[in-house]
Amino acid sequence: MRVTDQIAADSVPGRQKRDLSSVRYFQSRRFQNRVATILIFLVLIAGTIFVMLPFFWMISTSLKRPGTEFAFPIEWIPNPPYWPNYPDAWTLLPFSTWFLNTVNITSVSIIGHVVSCAIVGFGFARIRFVGRDVLFVLVLATLMLPYPSIVAPLFLLFKNLGWIDTFLPLIVPTFFASNAFYIFLLRQFFRTIPMDLDDAARVDGCNTFGVFWHIALPLTRPAMGVIAVFSFMLHWNDFLGPLIFLSTTENFTLALGLRFFQGQYQVQWSLLMATSLVILLPTIVVFFVAQKYYIQGIVVTGIKG
Amino acid sequence: MLGKNRMFWRRNIEGYLFISPWIIGFVVFTAGALLGSFSISLTKWNIVGTPEIVGLANYQKMVEDRFFWQSIKVTLYYLLNVPLNVVLGLLLALLLNQKVKGLSVFRTIFFLPSVASGVAVSLLWMWIFNPRFGIINVLLKKIGIIGPLWLGSEAWAIPALIIMSIWGVGGGMLIYLGALQGIPTAFYEAATLDGAGAWKKLLHITVPMITPVLLLNLVMGVIVSFQVFTQAYVMTDGGPNYATLFYVMYLYQQAFVWFNMGYASALSWVLFLIILVFTVIILKTSSSWVYYESD
Repeated sequence: MRVTDQIAADSVPGRQKRDLSSVRYFQSRRFQNRVATILIFLVLIAGTIFVMLPFFWMISTSLKRPGTEFAFPIEWIPNPPYWPNYPDAWTLLPFSTWFLNTVNITSVSIIGHVVSCAIVGFGFARIRFVGRDVLFVLVLATLMLPYPSIVAPLFLLFKNLGWIDTFLPLIVPTFFASNAFYIFLLRQFFRTIPMDLDDAARVDGCNTFGVFWHIALPLTRPAMGVIAVFSFMLHWNDFLGPLIFLSTTENFTLALGLRFFQGQYQVQWSLLMATSLVILLPTIVVFFVAQKYYIQGIVVTGIKG
Repeated sequence: MLGKNRMFWRRNIEGYLFISPWIIGFVVFTAGALLGSFSISLTKWNIVGTPEIVGLANYQKMVEDRFFWQSIKVTLYYLLNVPLNVVLGLLLALLLNQKVKGLSVFRTIFFLPSVASGVAVSLLWMWIFNPRFGIINVLLKKIGIIGPLWLGSEAWAIPALIIMSIWGVGGGMLIYLGALQGIPTAFYEAATLDGAGAWKKLLHITVPMITPVLLLNLVMGVIVSFQVFTQAYVMTDGGPNYATLFYVMYLYQQAFVWFNMGYASALSWVLFLIILVFTVIILKTSSSWVYYESD
C-alpha cells in the first residue's frame, strides 16, 4: 500500500464532499489512512522500545554502585550515578594493553582487506582473462565455507609456522583477500565505472595498473570506505579467531579480555556492563560517523544480490 | 595478428596478476586448509604425538556419538530464527517504506543492534535474561507473570537466544528497504490504474520483486546460524544439560579443549557438507519462487 497514492486520490475534488457526513467520514479513505499511519507509528515505537531497552539497561546498570545491581525495587535511573565503575573496570585488568592490541590488529587488517580486495575486485571487474567467470563463481562459493570448519587446520598451519600467540594468524590472511564478500562488493562498484574511461586512459598511455590507480581507485573511494567500515566491525568484535590463536593475557584483544574479565568478576554486573559499553562504543561511533557508507554498502548488497 | 596475440597474453597475465592475492589466499588458507582438514580427519591425533591413520573411523564414530546428534538438534532448533528474522525484517521494511515521518531515524535505531556484536552483547543479554534481576523478568513480574529461568532452563535457553537474534533484525530490514526502494513506482501506478488494491499490489508486485533479496537473506541466515559460537561459549557454555551445545561449540571443544584433531576435522567436514547441502536445496527450490526481472 502506498499512502501517498491514496492521499493523492483523496485530494480529488468531489470526493471531499462525501466526507461532510460524519458517518461517511469513518468509512472514508482519509480516515483509514490516518488509522493506518497511527498503527504504523505504534508498531515502530514498540520496535524502538524493544531495540533501545537493552542499551538503556546496559547504561543504567553500568552506573550502579557495585553490589546494588541486585537491589529491589529496580532503580531504573541510578541516583546518583556511580561513575567510578568506568575507570575501576578499566584498571582492574590490563584493558589498555588489550585496547592497543585490538587497535593494532584491526587497523592493519583493514589496510590488508581494503588493499587486497580492491586489487582483486578490479581484476575480476575490469580485465577479461580466460577462466575469470569460473574463478569468480569460486570466490562466491567460499562465502558458503564456514570459518569454523577450516579453523583447526589453520591452527596447525600457524603452529608449524610458529605464529601461535602472535597477531599474524589474524592479520596475514587479510592481505590475501580473505573475505569473498568484500571482493564481491568492490567488483560491483568497479563495474559501475564506464569502460570508456579505461580506454581513454589507455590511449593516453596508461597501463592497466595506471588505470586502476588513476581512474578506478579515485572513483570508488566511497566503496573503499564501505569495506573499511565492514572490516573494522568484523575485527573489532571478532572472538573465535583471537580465542584460538592468542594465548597469553598480554596478547589478548578486548573481546578476549572481556571474556576473561567475566570469568574473574562473574556477578559484578555494573563493572561488566561498564566495560562492555566502552568496548561497544567505538563500533557505535564508527557506525554513526560512517552511516552513509555503511548503509550504502548494505543496500548495494540488496540491489545487486 | 601477432599484435592481437600479444594483447591476449598481456590481458591474461595482468588479470591473473591482479587476482593473485586471492589465488594464493585461496590455495593456502581455504583449499589447502580444507584438504588438510580432510586428511587429518582420517587420523587419530592429539597434536603432540604422531597421527595414527584410522580411515573413516572418525566418521563412523559420529553416527554413534550422542553429543554430535545433540549438537545437530540444537543447531536445527536454532535455525527457527532464520524465517522469524526474514519475516519480521520484511514487515519492518514494509512499514518503513510507507514514507513515514522520521524514516531515517527509525532506520538508524533499528539497525543499531546489528553493529553491536560479540562478547559485549552476549554479556549484555546474559544480564537481560537474568532470572531474578534481569530486565525481562522484572518487567514480566510487573504484569503478573513469573518469567522462566531463560538461559538456565533447558526448555527456554534456545528461545532466549532466538529472541536475542531478533534484536538484530535491522540488518535484514536494511537490505529489504534498499530492494523496496529499487522497485519502479511505475509498476504501482499501472496496478492502481488496473484497479488493484493495496493487498494485491503487495502480493503481486512488492513480494515478487524482492524475492532475490529474500533468497540472499535466507541463505546467509542459514549459513550464519550454523556457525553460532560466541553466544554459546560466553553465555551458556553449551549448557544447561547440553541444551545449547551448538555444532561449532562442540567442534571447538573437540579441537581445542580435548585436542581430538582427527575427530574435530571430521566434524569440520561434515559441517561444510551440511551447509553445502542446505544451500543447494534452498537454491534449487528457489527457481520456483524467486523472480528475476531480466531473465
